[in-house]
Amino acid sequence: MNFAVLVFPGSNCDIDCYKAIEDTIGQPVEYVWHTADDLSKYDCILVPGGFSYGDYLRCGAIAQFTNVMKAVVKAAEEGKYILGVCNGFQVLTEARLLPGALLRNNGMKFRCHQAVLRVENNATPFTSDYAEGELINIPIAHGEGNYYCDEATLKELQENKQIVFRYEAGSNPNGALDDIAGICNKAGNVVGMMPHPERAIHEILGSADGKRMFTSILSTWREKHGAAAIR
Amino acid sequence: MKATVYVTIKQNVLDVQGTAVQGALHTMGFEEVGKVRIGKYLELDLDTTDKAEAEARVKAMCEKLLANTVIEDYRYELA
Repeated sequence: MNFAVLVFPGSNCDIDCYKAIEDTIGQPVEYVWHTADDLSKYDCILVPGGFSYGDYLRCGAIAQFTNVMKAVVKAAEEGKYILGVCNGFQVLTEARLLPGALLRNNGMKFRCHQAVLRVENNATPFTSDYAEGELINIPIAHGEGNYYCDEATLKELQENKQIVFRYEAGSNPNGALDDIAGICNKAGNVVGMMPHPERAIHEILGSADGKRMFTSILSTWREKHGAAAIR
Repeated sequence: MKATVYVTIKQNVLDVQGTAVQGALHTMGFEEVGKVRIGKYLELDLDTTDKAEAEARVKAMCEKLLANTVIEDYRYELA
């Protein structure tokens, strides 16, 4: 299974994503610069965190018009797996691959700490190795992670089980609507989340709970492609 | 021709920056301040003299890039 990690000017979690793929599932992974326009060789595309284009205008606003994002839209339509983390989530909402937007945190603070998430939907390619309702410990690091969408969109997200992760009740760090930490598109192949699973792949980093996101992706892909089961 | 674009957070979306600035103004003694909304002001120099064409293109720029219409409103002036 081939992984791509996109790199925009200002991305800074690209190396973490790359290493996470190497360390957790040992699959081929490559950095792909924002000028690339062909992603056909990749099965999963990671849009990393950071400050693409310096967060100028709005977080993710400028990145959405890069060549590589046109290729990401095409890959999403083809059913490939796309995961946006933090700034990657912001880029995916700006590109309208995911509904809603990320506003500034409601508490005036850049929140940078471990967060307890509830796995609300374990039927996505990204969460199949978790139990539904499982609580996992994944760090957050953002100033603009306050998820917002209008009421009709929220209802749709709830009804279609598109809310993948919620912050544990009472611990919402940023004012996000309905405690939303991560969502997927209707088809389930595009996920965006503010917390950083790539920073939670070893106990020595504070948590290894993020590891199963990567094993989930590989297991689902192998099942779909009839390959041998994950080691 | 010159376009001036104003982008503001929608009225029904919480403007946390505005709220923080309002609090600071109250602390400073400017109690008369009600709601504060913070937005963006953009000046664009346009290489055209056709106002109708400029308007259509500025509108497209706002819809596609300058504003995120999920959370922001925009208005513009052409001169």
